[in-house]
Amino acid sequence: MSDQKKLAIIATKGTLDWAYPPFILASTASALGYEVEIFFTFYGLQLVRKDISGLKVSPLGNPGMPMKMPFGPQWFRGINWNIPNIIQANIPGFESLATTLMKKTIANNGVATIAELRELCQEAEVKFTVCQMTVDLFGFEHSDFIDGLEYAGAAKFFEFAGESDICLYM
Amino acid sequence: MANFDQELDASGLNCPLPILRAKKTLGGMTSNQVLRIVATDPGSVKDFEAFAKQTGNTLLSSGEEGGKFVFLIKKA
Repeated sequence: MSDQKKLAIIATKGTLDWAYPPFILASTASALGYEVEIFFTFYGLQLVRKDISGLKVSPLGNPGMPMKMPFGPQWFRGINWNIPNIIQANIPGFESLATTLMKKTIANNGVATIAELRELCQEAEVKFTVCQMTVDLFGFEHSDFIDGLEYAGAAKFFEFAGESDICLYM
Repeated sequence: MANFDQELDASGLNCPLPILRAKKTLGGMTSNQVLRIVATDPGSVKDFEAFAKQTGNTLLSSGEEGGKFVFLIKKA
C-alpha cells in the first residue's frame, strides 16, 4: 500500500469567488505530494466547463464582500462602497460590474486566474470527477466540459473519500 | 551568501503560485542541487517552511533582501 496522503474535495459552488478554494487547495496539496480528487456536483459543474470566462461573483446578499475600486489613488481604493441590497438588485448589470472589478483586483494582486489554476491542477494530475446526475439535471452535454473528466455518482466519490486523509466540502 | 544552482523569481505572484512554481522548478533539478527563490508574498515565509517540511526538501535559509523574501531550498 502507498503511504501517499489523499485529499478529497467536493466542489458545489459555481461562482468566481468559490472557484478558488478547490483549485488552490488541490494544486497546493498536489505540490506537497498528495493524491487529489475533486468531485464536482451541482453548481460546481460550472468550474469544469470549457468556457469559464462567464463565471461571476455577486455582492448581492453577501455582506462579507468588500466593494473597493481596483484603480485610482490609494485613498480612493480604500473606500468600501457599501451599497444596499435593494439598490444592487435594481441596477441592471451590477453583477457584471462587480465581476469586472473583482477580476481587475485579482490581476492587480498577482493572484492566478481560475483557468490557470485549473490547468495547473490538471498538469499535476488532480483527478476531476463530475456528478452525472447533475449533468442530466441541468441539461448539460459531456461536450460542454473539458477533456479528462470522469462521470460518476456518489458511490464513486466515497471510493476515494473513504480512503482519504482530508475531505473537504466546498 | 550560499551558492545556488537555479533561481526562481516569484515576485508579484500570490498564493499558491510561488509554491507551485517552486515545485515545478525543483522537479527539473537533481538531488542536492539548490534553488534560490525570490518572492514578495509575505505569506510565502511560513509557506516555504511548511513546503520543505512536507516534501522532504531542505530549507537552507529564509530571509529578507531589499524588501523581498529570499529562500534557499536544497532538493532531497
